[in-house]
Amino acid sequence: MDLSNITDAIIGDTQAGRVVPSTGFTATLTLFSAFAMAFLAVFTLALSMASGRLADRWGSELARNSTIRISAPVSQIAAQTEAALRILQTTSGVASARALDDSEQQALLEPWFGPDLPIDTLPIPQLIEVFEDEDGFNADGLRLRLAAEVPGAVLDDHTRWREPLVAAANRLRSLAIVSIVLIAGATAAMVTLAANSALAANTQVIRVLRLVGAQDSYIARAFVRRFTLRALFGALTGVIIGALAILALPSPQEEGGFLTGLGFQGAQWLWLLLIPPLAAIVAFVATRTAAYKILRSMP
Amino acid sequence: MIELDDIGYSYGGGELFNGISLTLQPGSFHFLTGPSGSGKTTLMKLCYGALHATSGQVRLFGRDLREMESDDLAHIRRRVGVVHQDCQFLDHLNVVDNISLPLIVSNQELLPHAANLKDLLNWVGLKSRAEAMPPELSGGERQRAAVARAVIMSPDAILADEPTGNVDWEMSQRLLRLLTELNRMGKTILVATHDLALIRAAKQHVQARVLRIANGKLHLAGADL
Repeated sequence: MDLSNITDAIIGDTQAGRVVPSTGFTATLTLFSAFAMAFLAVFTLALSMASGRLADRWGSELARNSTIRISAPVSQIAAQTEAALRILQTTSGVASARALDDSEQQALLEPWFGPDLPIDTLPIPQLIEVFEDEDGFNADGLRLRLAAEVPGAVLDDHTRWREPLVAAANRLRSLAIVSIVLIAGATAAMVTLAANSALAANTQVIRVLRLVGAQDSYIARAFVRRFTLRALFGALTGVIIGALAILALPSPQEEGGFLTGLGFQGAQWLWLLLIPPLAAIVAFVATRTAAYKILRSMP
Repeated sequence: MIELDDIGYSYGGGELFNGISLTLQPGSFHFLTGPSGSGKTTLMKLCYGALHATSGQVRLFGRDLREMESDDLAHIRRRVGVVHQDCQFLDHLNVVDNISLPLIVSNQELLPHAANLKDLLNWVGLKSRAEAMPPELSGGERQRAAVARAVIMSPDAILADEPTGNVDWEMSQRLLRLLTELNRMGKTILVATHDLALIRAAKQHVQARVLRIANGKLHLAGADL
């Protein structure tokens, strides 16, 4: 069986398509619906990918990084910092740790206090940056040791920041997936509406085809073929225009954060190739169901 | 071939006819006549399964229509050529495509039938109108095209509902000749018509039984026809 036989078996042969007259209104409706839904699907997919990347980044970056803040009288800060670093050197799961120097601490405060902050004259806590290894450390155990030996140290493992951010990003990704399902459902509804309209407008054609011995499967395939191809073409156009629109967005920048990161990276673009066939499958199922329902209801 | 066994048909709460029995033997020629609204077209539709009898049994080629799946019925319809009063063409297809429609829907290659199709167009006198669209045809041309479509699958039976309803006398004679020729080829013919003159003319050329439907009953018409 060659390819044309396979496509004929699935969506009907060209002869079957020819016996049904083209109907302008339903053709336009199906094409436009598929185009609009594919266009929206591209953006929803981009949102899903972006939120997924964001969740992964927040999850991995913040999870591998902790901070110890040492708040003590100025005369004790250096000693407590050294004590904390010693503890960290012997803590399992800590890959490295280092105390931020004055210039780094000043840079952190600069957005709020400006560049001329006399940091050495102010009682600013000392920050120690802690990097975890693959296994990670026991935060509760480390807290207990710090509490015993470095009274001014407070460990912040970013959990209280990370968890709601990752949860928000994951929820955004879930919403995007739900949106894609809704888009597929809306496409199916519109194609069904258009198919029903076309079938109703062609009742007489169906009667004639039955009169001359056409099987219901043949008649259904004539309509299914038409609507499937229209949905495929409309979705293909929608994906191309949507992809061009995504490409036209500003490239990802640190300052732009999430908004400029909206889009696809590398192999993620391949996901777009799924949209036209999926739209065609949705149209195929919707039209086939509608066609058989109407044909069964006809005497 | 086509058997109606004690059938009745009702619609809209009223009974159109009941207790009708009829057997069309292979190679027979029947006329079905009766006043307008007596149920000629309904009876024809019952004969090829476009309608289902509300009582009794309709058998086509020995098979009960009620027990047939839609696909089986489609296959059976390919053995019965139907000529409608209003012809029922697909207006977006030209004459030759409309005539070929039974071949197309039965997924037959058109090429091996090309010679037959040409002969068929010649036979019905539509060779020069092959590419015309149905709305461009005259009443007679439409009826002849409908006859051509009905016979292209070489069916065993041909049912014609008022085939001469929209044509002049000369054209009705021409159509009648086509039907009698088909009968001589062994086809079973059933023609519904209210045109008694046509029936009288036909009886000079063919052994035909005349059935009359009136007041819900089917009778064999008298020798006056």
